[in-house]
Amino acid sequence: MNRILLVSLLAVLLPLSPAHGGEVDISGSMDFAVRAFWQNPVSAAQEDHALQPTVASTTELRWYNEAGNQRAAFIPYLRWDATDEERNLTDLREAYWAFEGDGYEFLVGANTVFWGVTESVHLVDIINQTDFAGDIDGEDKLGQPMLSLMLQRDWGEITAFVMPAFRERTFTGADGRFRPPLPVDTDNAVYESSREDRHVDLALRYSHYIGDIDIGVNVFSGTSREPRLVASPKGDSLLPVYDQIDQLGIDLQYTNDSWLWKLEAIARNGATHSFAAAVGGFEFTLYQLAESTADVGLLFEYQYDGRNELEPITIADNDLFVATRLAFNDVQDTTLLAGASYDTETGEIFLNIEAERRFGEDWFGELRVRAFSGAKQGDDTYWLQKDDYMQLSISRYF
Amino acid sequence: MNCTRTVLLSLFAAVILGIAGAVFAADNGAFEIAARSDRTDLGFGDSEVDLQMILRNAAGQESRRSLRIATLEKPDETVGDKSLVVFKTPRDIEGTALLSHAKILDPDDQWLYLPALKRVKRISSSNKSGPFVGSEFAFEDFTAIELNKFDYTHVGEESCGDLVCDVLERNPRYENSGYTRQVSWVDQTDFQLRKVEFYDRRGDLLKVLELDDYRNYDGIWRAHKLSMSNVQTNKQTDLIYGDYAFGTGLGENDFVKGRLSRLR
Repeated sequence: MNRILLVSLLAVLLPLSPAHGGEVDISGSMDFAVRAFWQNPVSAAQEDHALQPTVASTTELRWYNEAGNQRAAFIPYLRWDATDEERNLTDLREAYWAFEGDGYEFLVGANTVFWGVTESVHLVDIINQTDFAGDIDGEDKLGQPMLSLMLQRDWGEITAFVMPAFRERTFTGADGRFRPPLPVDTDNAVYESSREDRHVDLALRYSHYIGDIDIGVNVFSGTSREPRLVASPKGDSLLPVYDQIDQLGIDLQYTNDSWLWKLEAIARNGATHSFAAAVGGFEFTLYQLAESTADVGLLFEYQYDGRNELEPITIADNDLFVATRLAFNDVQDTTLLAGASYDTETGEIFLNIEAERRFGEDWFGELRVRAFSGAKQGDDTYWLQKDDYMQLSISRYF
Repeated sequence: MNCTRTVLLSLFAAVILGIAGAVFAADNGAFEIAARSDRTDLGFGDSEVDLQMILRNAAGQESRRSLRIATLEKPDETVGDKSLVVFKTPRDIEGTALLSHAKILDPDDQWLYLPALKRVKRISSSNKSGPFVGSEFAFEDFTAIELNKFDYTHVGEESCGDLVCDVLERNPRYENSGYTRQVSWVDQTDFQLRKVEFYDRRGDLLKVLELDDYRNYDGIWRAHKLSMSNVQTNKQTDLIYGDYAFGTGLGENDFVKGRLSRLR
C-alpha cells in the first residue's frame, strides 16, 4: 500500500507544479456513525459491543489547468472504528492525473470506476475492490491503481485499463461483526499468480446508447476481486484466496416512460469452473403521488448465480429483491428506501431500510436498519444472523 | 430558413438559450409571435453560465444551491439542444450532474451522475411536472421546450413595465404536463419573454414566473434573474445568473454520457 500511495502521490503532484497554473479546489466531509446491535454475536470470540462508533473523513483536492484539458484529484479517506480495528482504514479513493484530448483521455493513478445498472447486486462492476469492512452492501470501494485510455467515437466509448497493483478486500476483525465462524486473516492472503498482488490485470469496456437502450460490454482478465475463503493450515482462521479469472460482462437498460428495465449478466472462467450469473428486473416510478411532490419507486429484481460451492460465496443466487424508494423532492432531499431480498431456495431474508436528508446547508443525516432472518445452520447468511443493526450517521460537509 | 421548424426554447431554457423575437412588428398570429421571439437567439453556438438557486419557503427561510449550466446549440433544428447541469452546492451533492439531449417530439434523453458511487444512470424524462431539486421549477420548466409542443392563442396586448407586451396563451401538446395552460408575456421591442403564468390541472393559477435583468450579448438576450412564485404554497425560487460565456469551444464530446464521470 505504501508504494501505491507514493506512486499515486507522484502522479498527482508532478503536474501540480506552479508552472501549470490552474487552481486547486478543496472540499470533503467528516462522518460520525454509530451502529447499535441488539443481539449477542454468533461466535463467543466476537466481542459483545452493543454500540460501535466510527469516525471517517474524506478530503477532496481537485485541480484543473486553465486550458481545461488536464485535471488531477487527490482524495484520501480515513476511517477509525472504536471497537474493531480491522475496520480502520487509510485509503486513496482517488489520486490521479488525467489528460484529455480530442475524443480521448489518458489517466494515471488511483481511481474509482462504476459499471452497471441494477440496484440489488453489482455483478459487472469489477474494477475496484470492495471495502467489505466498511459496508456489507458492497458499494464502498477502494481506489484502484491504473493506467487507462478512453476513446470517444460516434459509435460509443471504449476504455482500456491496465492495473499493475491489486487491492485486497477488507474484512471485519476477529472480535467484530459480520464475519464467518472463523475470522478472516487478511495478513496472509494467498494468490494463484506468482506475482501475487503485482499481477497486471487488464480490462476493456465498451459503452454506448441507441435510442432508449443503454448498453455496456466489458471483459476482464486478472485477479478476482472476490476471494475464496479457505481454512488456514492451523484451522484457526480463514485465508482469502485470490484466483486468476477471465470474465465477460454485459449491462443493458431500456428506458421507457416511467419504467427502467435492467439486466446485468456475467460469464466467468473462475477458480474451479466456468459459470454464468445474471440479475434483471425493473424500476417503476409513480411521480407526484396523490398530487404531492413525492415520487414512489417500485423496484423488482431477480438474481441468478450458477457458481458451485468451491467458488467465492455469494448470497445473490436465486434471490428475489423487492424494494420501494420514496423521494420527497423537498429542499432537504429527504428519501426513504426500504427493501428485502428473499432466497427462494433457503428462505433467507435480508431487510434493508435507509432514510436520509440534509440538515441546513452542510449537514447530512442517515438512518439505516438492516436485519437478517430465516437462515439455518449451513446457510450463507447464518453467520450474520445475530448482526441485525441500526446505524445513525451524521456528516458535516466542508 | 423554414420558420415553422424554428425551435422555441422557453422559460428556464429560454434563459439558457435565449428567447427569440423577430424584426417585424405586424402580428401574424400568436404562433408567429412565439416563433419570432425564438429567432433572436439563433446561432448562439454554445454557452456556459454559473447561477445561484435561492429557495424560499412560506416562512421566508432560505436555502441555496449553486450550479453551472453548459448548453450546446444543435444547428439542425429538428434535433433538440444538449445541456449539462452540474451542482456545486449543497456540498453533499457537489458534482451531481444532469445531462439532457432534448428532442422535438420524443421524450428527452437524460442521464444523471451520482458522484458518491461515481455512477451514471439513465433516467426517465417522463417526470415533466415534478419539482427540480426541491425548487418551484418543474422539469418541464427547466428543459428545452419546443415551439411545436404548444398551441398558441393571441390574447391581446398589455403594458409590461416600460414596454408593451403581446399576451399569448399556450397549451401544452406534449404528454405528462402538470399544466393545462400557460399565459406568457412577450415584449414588442426586444421580443423577449417577460412573464409566464402557469395554470394547474384543475385550471387554477399555480405559479408565476418573472424574467428580469435582461442583458444583451452582441445581439443575444439573456435574463439574469428568474423568479418563480407558487401562489398556492407561497414558496418561491429565484435563479440569479452570472455572466454568460458564449463560444467557449464546447463540442459534441462534452455532452456524451461518458463525459459525466470525467467532469472532475
